[in-house]
Amino acid sequence: MNGLRELVSALAQKHGTRRESLLPILQGIQAHEHYLSDDAMVEVARALDLSTAQVYGTATFYSFLVTRPQGRHVIRLCRTITCVMHGKNQLLKELETLLKVRVGETTADGLFTLLETNCLGQCHQGPAILIDDEPYTRLTPERIRVIVAEYQQKAALESENSGLINS
Amino acid sequence: MPHTVNCQIDHLSVNIQPGATILEAARSIHIQIPTLCYHSDLCVAGNCRLCMVEQVGADRLLPACATPVTEGMEILTNSQKVRHARKVMLELLMSEHRSDCTHCYKNGRCELQNLASEYLVQDGRFIDLVPFKNYTIDDLSPSIIKDDAKCIRCQRCVRTCAEIQAVSALAVAHKGAEMKISTFFDLPMAEVVCTNCGQCVTHCPTGALVEKNYIDAVWQAMDDDARHVVVQTAPAVRIALGEALGLEPGQIVTGKMVAALRRLGFDSVLDTDFSADLTIIEEGHELLQRLREVIRDKNPQVKLPMTTSCSPGWIKFLEHLYPDLLPHLSTAKSPQQMFGALAKTYYARRIGMDAKNMVSVSVMPCTAKKFEAARPEMCASGFRDVDYVLTTRELAMMIRQAGIDFLSLPDDEFDSIMGQSSGAGVIFGATGGVMEAALRTVYEVVTGREVPFDGLNIVPVRGLEQVKEAALTISSPLPEWGFLDGVTLKTCVVHGLAGAREVMKKVADGSCDYHFIEIMACPGGCLGGGGQPMPVSDHVREMRARAIYRDDAGKAIRKSHENPDVVKLYEDFLKEPLGHLSHQLLHTHYVARKRY
Ligand code: FES
Ligand code: FES
Repeated sequence: MNGLRELVSALAQKHGTRRESLLPILQGIQAHEHYLSDDAMVEVARALDLSTAQVYGTATFYSFLVTRPQGRHVIRLCRTITCVMHGKNQLLKELETLLKVRVGETTADGLFTLLETNCLGQCHQGPAILIDDEPYTRLTPERIRVIVAEYQQKAALESENSGLINS
Repeated sequence: MPHTVNCQIDHLSVNIQPGATILEAARSIHIQIPTLCYHSDLCVAGNCRLCMVEQVGADRLLPACATPVTEGMEILTNSQKVRHARKVMLELLMSEHRSDCTHCYKNGRCELQNLASEYLVQDGRFIDLVPFKNYTIDDLSPSIIKDDAKCIRCQRCVRTCAEIQAVSALAVAHKGAEMKISTFFDLPMAEVVCTNCGQCVTHCPTGALVEKNYIDAVWQAMDDDARHVVVQTAPAVRIALGEALGLEPGQIVTGKMVAALRRLGFDSVLDTDFSADLTIIEEGHELLQRLREVIRDKNPQVKLPMTTSCSPGWIKFLEHLYPDLLPHLSTAKSPQQMFGALAKTYYARRIGMDAKNMVSVSVMPCTAKKFEAARPEMCASGFRDVDYVLTTRELAMMIRQAGIDFLSLPDDEFDSIMGQSSGAGVIFGATGGVMEAALRTVYEVVTGREVPFDGLNIVPVRGLEQVKEAALTISSPLPEWGFLDGVTLKTCVVHGLAGAREVMKKVADGSCDYHFIEIMACPGGCLGGGGQPMPVSDHVREMRARAIYRDDAGKAIRKSHENPDVVKLYEDFLKEPLGHLSHQLLHTHYVARKRY
């Protein structure tokens, strides 16, 4: 809670406390915390002299802001018609088996959240997905397996390293 | 810039000031354009699209509420194209609206329903989306019920809560098909900063926001012969009740209201105006005590300015937003709660009734009063001091249910003991009224002379301006009040919580030097309360205010301390203002609440 207050006040210092500062502050919190908790929104409301309902309204308006905990990485699969025609459904099936989750869910290890999104503007090279801010295009079930494995390896390495540091 | 703009609406010429909208221009020549999201109290939202009109020569229809007229514009409000668009808009709105009108509390008083009937919206061409939506009903608040299935997302409530009240307990959340009016995390209204003022209810065009009604509970109490049911009616009810029963705004219907209450079956019909007078005595003396302690004794513990405490919406607002400023609130209970505490003690004794067989009902212009009556500390009599609170609207419904022809009722009078009032009690219903009533009494207590305003009318505190100020210099006071000689009493009157917030910011940072502030949560004061008949507008509030001041002017007694029932109450029971019994029954304390 205290850490949150500091985070919010640092962000408020950077972006200001006017109403238009709300969005960058929420983005800043999400970059840090991976989601916007109710405590975080309360702090923002306090800092900007807004009501919590107003902060919540803005937070829920944007698809890329979330108010529930998410995995470390968010996979957004384009669900718009062009990508569907390029084989989005096969891709989805592959991802669901691979990660053992359905759309909207987070993997047991907390590494991935699987979501769908509207057109990513990559229609000429569908099917497309976004992992965090990184777009991946012209995907096939084979390629997605490789990509997911890369993220998993990186995470395993990181946790090993941090384990080493800790010991 | 030309002085006026000329345009044509339905082939009639209109001449109107620049900047006026098509809607305003049309209304100025008595052409009605249907609206839903538009409300004269609020900023323009332009989201319902019901007010679409055709501009000759243009392809697209224009929203009349959001489009300013331009020179030479030719508008059609009733063309084939417009009629078709209106009907489609209504059908689209209704495809997401749970149209179980016969089961709806707003049945017969719903703007959407009225339009649907006017434009003969029959079986829609659109799919009924209601079954696919996960609508919820929030009925946990003692004051307000929110039913999302009835919501057409016009956002009148959101604008009301933000613009009039600066609370924003309700905001717009999510987007597109999921967009909804929501509290923080969609929590129940009872758990957020909502002040229960009910302004969202009086501004909602459908049944999405309504008061929680206690009509059946009150009928039941009256049906029980073992119960003695006492009713009190607030000052602002008598000047607005008529509107819900077929009269024009601004009629005083006190006599008919009393007659109707008796016909409904209330055993004692009494007057909150009586306890309004009592509030003035207690609150006025509290002010004087604070002045003495601050000015004469220089006691740093005692806070000035003192603010009024009659408006439960205002109290909850302060508890949430400025808990540090709670010591500024007068500890005097509101007239409703003073009345309730006395009904089951003093009054019960006087009429030889056991308080446990009494049911105390109040009729209020207010939804926050329902919350106030339910506050845990409001049991000074040993029982719940006020059992049920009805709004003016609920009383009107009961009168209709009882088959009473209101307009033909002969005038009747309140029962005795707690039924008399002065003009000072009457004006409690208008913004500035408590201040005026208090000054009439306080000035006289201090100087022994009447307040130096023509006919006791303290005009500077009257009217619908958001913040009013008045100063009154005290000269040659009675010896006891010598320390007030030459002191200029500075007062401020605010209505609407947005204004209250501005004034309280100044109190917090010490940039104002008022002694006494009157704050009412609702625009216009209680006369514009969240429990009053709909529709409301500045015009309606103005007419109600005039009625209140007419009522005051016509009273034989104009000052609270001269109310014979109040005088007798002190002689027989309370003994003195701020005395031991007063503290037990008539004063209260407040709690700090979370803002977030
Ligand atoms: S349809 Fe998938 S990127 Fe446009
Ligand atoms: S009344 Fe004009 S758009 Fe709603």
